[in-house]
Amino acid sequence: MNEVTAERPEAEEDHPKANAIVPPRSVAGTALTLVVAIMSFLACLSAGAVSLVSDAADAWGAQIAREVTIEIASIDPDVDDRILRAAAIARAAPGIGSVTVMSSEDAGELLAPWLGRQADLSDLPIPRLIRVAIADPAQVDLAALSQKLEAEIPGAILDDHRVWTDRLVAMARTTVALGLGILVLVLMATILSVVFATRAAMAGNRDVVHVLDVIGAGDSFIAGEFQRHFLLLGLRGGAIGGLAAMLLFLLFGLFVSVGAGTPEADQILALVGAPEVGLSGYLAALGIVLLIAVLTAATSRMTVRRYLALAAES
Amino acid sequence: MITLENVGLRYGNAPEVLSDVNLRIEKSSFQYLTGPSGAGKTSLLRLLFMSLRPTRGVVSLFGRATGDLAPKEVAALRRRVGVVFQDFRLLDHLTTYENVALPLRVQGRAESSYRADVIELLRWVGLGNRMHVLPPVLSGGEKQRAAIARAVIGQPELLLADEPTGNVDPQLGRRLLRLLIELNKLGTSIIIATHDVMLMEQFDARRLVLHDGHLQVFERGGA
Ligand SMILES: Nc1ncnc2c1ncn2[C@@H]1O[C@H](COP(=O)(O)OP(=O)(O)OP(=O)(O)O)[C@@H](O)[C@H]1O
Ligand SMILES: [Mg+2]
Repeated sequence: MNEVTAERPEAEEDHPKANAIVPPRSVAGTALTLVVAIMSFLACLSAGAVSLVSDAADAWGAQIAREVTIEIASIDPDVDDRILRAAAIARAAPGIGSVTVMSSEDAGELLAPWLGRQADLSDLPIPRLIRVAIADPAQVDLAALSQKLEAEIPGAILDDHRVWTDRLVAMARTTVALGLGILVLVLMATILSVVFATRAAMAGNRDVVHVLDVIGAGDSFIAGEFQRHFLLLGLRGGAIGGLAAMLLFLLFGLFVSVGAGTPEADQILALVGAPEVGLSGYLAALGIVLLIAVLTAATSRMTVRRYLALAAES
Repeated sequence: MITLENVGLRYGNAPEVLSDVNLRIEKSSFQYLTGPSGAGKTSLLRLLFMSLRPTRGVVSLFGRATGDLAPKEVAALRRRVGVVFQDFRLLDHLTTYENVALPLRVQGRAESSYRADVIELLRWVGLGNRMHVLPPVLSGGEKQRAAIARAVIGQPELLLADEPTGNVDPQLGRRLLRLLIELNKLGTSIIIATHDVMLMEQFDARRLVLHDGHLQVFERGGA
């Protein structure tokens, strides 16, 4: 046992740093630190995912709201003429900015992340597209424009991406709800592990608790002595998990920017825009680390007090 | 200061360990609690520091019935009572000095305010050179002295000592007895549970004798 400290000469009356009343080794199990670290890692990951998705959805939604597309089926032989007429109608409408006719090569470029660059698109009935940028959303009457296009040009459809935006919003909401749900479950699991660990620590320190009780330390003092270790443990475990998660966020961003051009990265870029976990994700992770530390400490405190109250009754 | 009225105590369904105990402990009084092994001395002391509740009857401490006190009040009352356990109950991971200082530490006092007192007391009980040693390396007698020092450091109003001289030689026993007598002169009521007849002969005092669960009181001077 390394508990047997060397005797000090009596003359030397400086005092060694006071030993904790509840020995740290009896509480701060590596296993519990690891559990807290893992929980914090998972919680931060789900927070990061939530932030990623909602940022991307915001950006995407804003971008889409400023742009509509006119689609014209490309099977008709006089498609080029129709495209020019449709573009003219769009230009004439109020509040419209630039109108860009996209060639079939442009369409192929758009599909490249999914189909690859080598794919021969000429056989596919890919509709021709006209991108219409909206200069002033207040002046634009998309319904009127749509009616006019459909009436004058057969096969023309105005796509205002509403279906997309609606789906996007729904997806973002679902993801956020899912992320929050996971967060709550992870926190609950953390609390339960801390409850068990605190009970074990109290059982292991029964003598200490008894002596403190008899000398009139009071429940709150005793709880504080345990809580102090658990706060430290929660901070340590939480920080380990949080840092690991942030590292993963960074690596993920790095993977996408380094890998730009590869099909995998292009797919991600096309799906979610710049897939970097934003500041909100990092802040959320930081908040989670602190929350886990506070929860750990508070849980241990409450567990100790419950234990003492029950012990006093028996 | 302390009264027991018709107190009965049993553990579980066993027969009563204590029956119809009536007792008054006056302020600044000194008494021995004696009786054969298993008579219930430790049990009676446990009633007095509220580690047990009587099965029947009323135990009052400093004018408060101990029946239904809030935990805070119990803690406050316990700070006015010093206890020496038969088995010492020193904390093995704290040094002798820290063990003795513990009652002051839990009161939130700064170490600088009591360090000198603790060191002086440790010297007085002959532990001056064992201050920074952990209890597992102390001898039985040294542990005993540390346990007594911890009980008296806060100058309690009531001191309960369970066999405080059980592990020391007669000479040291006398020294410890003198410490308790000094404490008594300062106003602390003392109850010493013991079957050490020699000890009781050294300093004549009131005797509380337990036998078959009943308590008989012999006032000082053999009355
Ligand atoms: N926690 C307990 N549960 C059940 N029975 C107990 C408990 N503590 C003490 N007893 C019983 O109560 C009786 C009195 O015990 P107690 O420890 O009070 O005796 P004592 O007078 O202090 O003895 P000794 O002189 O040996 O220390 C004994 O018969 C003992 O077995
Ligand atoms: Mg006993």
